[in-house]
Amino acid sequence: MSELPAEGGHGAVPLADVPTGVGVPAPEKEWPLYEVFVRGKRGLNHVHVGSLHAADDRMALLHARDVYTRRNEGVSIWVVRADAITASSPDEKDPMFAPSGDKVYRHPTFYDIPDDVPHM
Amino acid sequence: MTLTETPTDDDLAAGLEAGFEATIARNDRIEPRDWMPDGYRRTLVRQIAQHAHSEIIGMQPEGNWITRAPSLRRKAILLAKVQDEAGHGLYLYSAAETLGVSRLELTELLIAGKQKYSSIFNYPTLSYADVGTIGWLVDGAAICNQVPLCRTSYGPYGRAMIRVCKEESFHQRQGYELLTTMMRGTDEQRAMVQESVDRFWWPALMMFGPPDADSPNTAQSMAWGIKRNTNDELRQKFVDMSVPQAEALGVTLPDPELRWNEERGHHDFGQPDWEEFMQGVKGNGPCNAQRMAHRRRAHEDGAWVREAATAYAAKGLDTPRSSLGGNSTTERTGR
Amino acid sequence: MDSHIETPPDDEHESAYSGLLVNDAHWAFGTDFEDPLAGVDTTIPDGVDAATLGTYALMLGDDSLVMSHRVSEWTSNAPDLEDDIALSNIALDLLGQARLLLARAAKADESLVPVLPEGSPAPPEDALAFFREAHQLRNVRLAELVNGDFAEATVRVLLFSVWRLAVWERLHSSRDHVLAAVAAKGVKELAYHRDYAARWFVTLAQGTDESRRRLLAALEELWPLWPELFDTHPVEAAAAEAGVGVDPATVREAAEGVLDQVLAAADVASPASPRRSGVLGRTGRDGMHGEPLSRMLAEMQSVARAHPRGLW
Repeated sequence: MSELPAEGGHGAVPLADVPTGVGVPAPEKEWPLYEVFVRGKRGLNHVHVGSLHAADDRMALLHARDVYTRRNEGVSIWVVRADAITASSPDEKDPMFAPSGDKVYRHPTFYDIPDDVPHM
Repeated sequence: MTLTETPTDDDLAAGLEAGFEATIARNDRIEPRDWMPDGYRRTLVRQIAQHAHSEIIGMQPEGNWITRAPSLRRKAILLAKVQDEAGHGLYLYSAAETLGVSRLELTELLIAGKQKYSSIFNYPTLSYADVGTIGWLVDGAAICNQVPLCRTSYGPYGRAMIRVCKEESFHQRQGYELLTTMMRGTDEQRAMVQESVDRFWWPALMMFGPPDADSPNTAQSMAWGIKRNTNDELRQKFVDMSVPQAEALGVTLPDPELRWNEERGHHDFGQPDWEEFMQGVKGNGPCNAQRMAHRRRAHEDGAWVREAATAYAAKGLDTPRSSLGGNSTTERTGR
Repeated sequence: MDSHIETPPDDEHESAYSGLLVNDAHWAFGTDFEDPLAGVDTTIPDGVDAATLGTYALMLGDDSLVMSHRVSEWTSNAPDLEDDIALSNIALDLLGQARLLLARAAKADESLVPVLPEGSPAPPEDALAFFREAHQLRNVRLAELVNGDFAEATVRVLLFSVWRLAVWERLHSSRDHVLAAVAAKGVKELAYHRDYAARWFVTLAQGTDESRRRLLAALEELWPLWPELFDTHPVEAAAAEAGVGVDPATVREAAEGVLDQVLAAADVASPASPRRSGVLGRTGRDGMHGEPLSRMLAEMQSVARAHPRGLW
């Protein structure tokens, strides 16, 4: 029988032998990925809250308001295309991220939040 | 970025694996750019993607009642709730994407039937009370599953779960509040609530998966810190939590074996029909075909829209706004 | 109920969002669903006819109610997740407006509210939404049409919000505190709906051949109902005269100016199709609707009507 974990999140789902799509290049027709940063209120830094897909920058902003702030007035949002972010990490020198590294791992999201961000 | 020395591949692999194991041992989080074993990556993708699929398919059974919500307040609550589920799916797909898969690819695996979603959503919603019962029992069970996942070893998944859990608590409260309100209403409404609870109790218990004895891979997931509790532990926790809630609500739970066990300090309870559960997993549940057809249709009907947006963006006709402050909404449209 | 979702305070990994959660109203789970008119001054301004104010609020409320319902039918059916969420937001905004406006109508003129069986706990907003017949609804016909494809939704939301925003920018200064407050909140929402729809209008017009074809077809289909939005019903004229409402004819130029900008950006010409006539000269504002509205109401009202004494 397939492995059925409790943590399918919203309920048990099989894990064994399920294809993952890992290593399958992103279909070109997919909208690019954007990272979303929100300033929850004045006096706070913009904080990374997640990501979304949009065809272009303006659509990304509209979507970010819908998805991440429910369009709360006064909240400031930045969006940036994920592939425009230059990132470093302690494990940067692992072979997967050599300059010729595999582009499928293109998503720099969810990095650690710097220590000086208040209320984190 | 450049290496001054070139260690052998074997040295490198051993070092990476040791680093991964050490991170797990410290109870610290694995982040997207860290090296991770292939099995860990694939297990996570399966789990996160299918969690995301569950959220998206899970919009349908409750969405079935949006157009018939019996008060405007309930309609607003239900619409907001179903919308949250789309948001949860989106957060989770984002987490899966950090592992090197694309959302479109995952969606296509779903509609091809190669990836699954939680079988609970293959049960039909037959009365408005089901909206309440899903909130109370189904989202309650989901919370039992998901709270431990806030501490899962993979950072992006854990962070997505924090936000999902926040919103799920609203979902569970609204469901329970709907049921308590209906129980204060007419006899017909009380009967409707009881009938709904009778129908959803066993499927809710199935959400935790088969008994531990039938879950051979749990140990690896627990060792990796992906999974934090066994199926049976979570199921017990859910039952213990639900019994007093049912009493407070004034409904009975449809299990003749359900009773408090003083010695164990927990409730004893019966087993759901695992054969019915497996039929649902295999695609033979009451609504599998309907749910899949709905999702496939929405995805296919939207293809021309997604393509149009891509084509428009490629033309570069638009210029981004420099900022989006509170007053941007009063700007004129058009260019 | 939520005690079991508490997370250990010493785990810094679980507080990543705490800086953003300073105000739960930012998020859907903090949305307030309580009495829509709580704390608002509902006194009828001096010299204003209660029946006029009530019926005027009902007209605006029915527009919101019916449009919200149609947009809500997109939930779980949109082209992508982000747009599913966006359309649900639009439906939620409109639903919020509907609640305020129907409650206002009931408060201004109780005789508008259907009489329910004794013992029914349904509040007035629900009595109005769930216990009237189609001919008692006063919404414009544009709102009630059966949904088409995403291009149709785009055009409908665009036409509706451009018109409505132009009206509500003036309603903002209504002598009625409730309508002024509803409009003040509503203009921000409507401006967002308009921007969202305008954005998609231009995108579809200039995207692919297929998207342009679909967009033009949708515009052609809905255009005959655009002039009806600017007709002046006697109730609207009276409400405008009393300083509580807006005569839609007076905003036609402003609305068309905005729409022209969008059409120009999309490189789309205004269709030439003539306006759709009514029945014996009567249209939506008079309670004369097309066939889809009664079917929509049959569905929408089914549970509420099956349990007229039900508590929800």
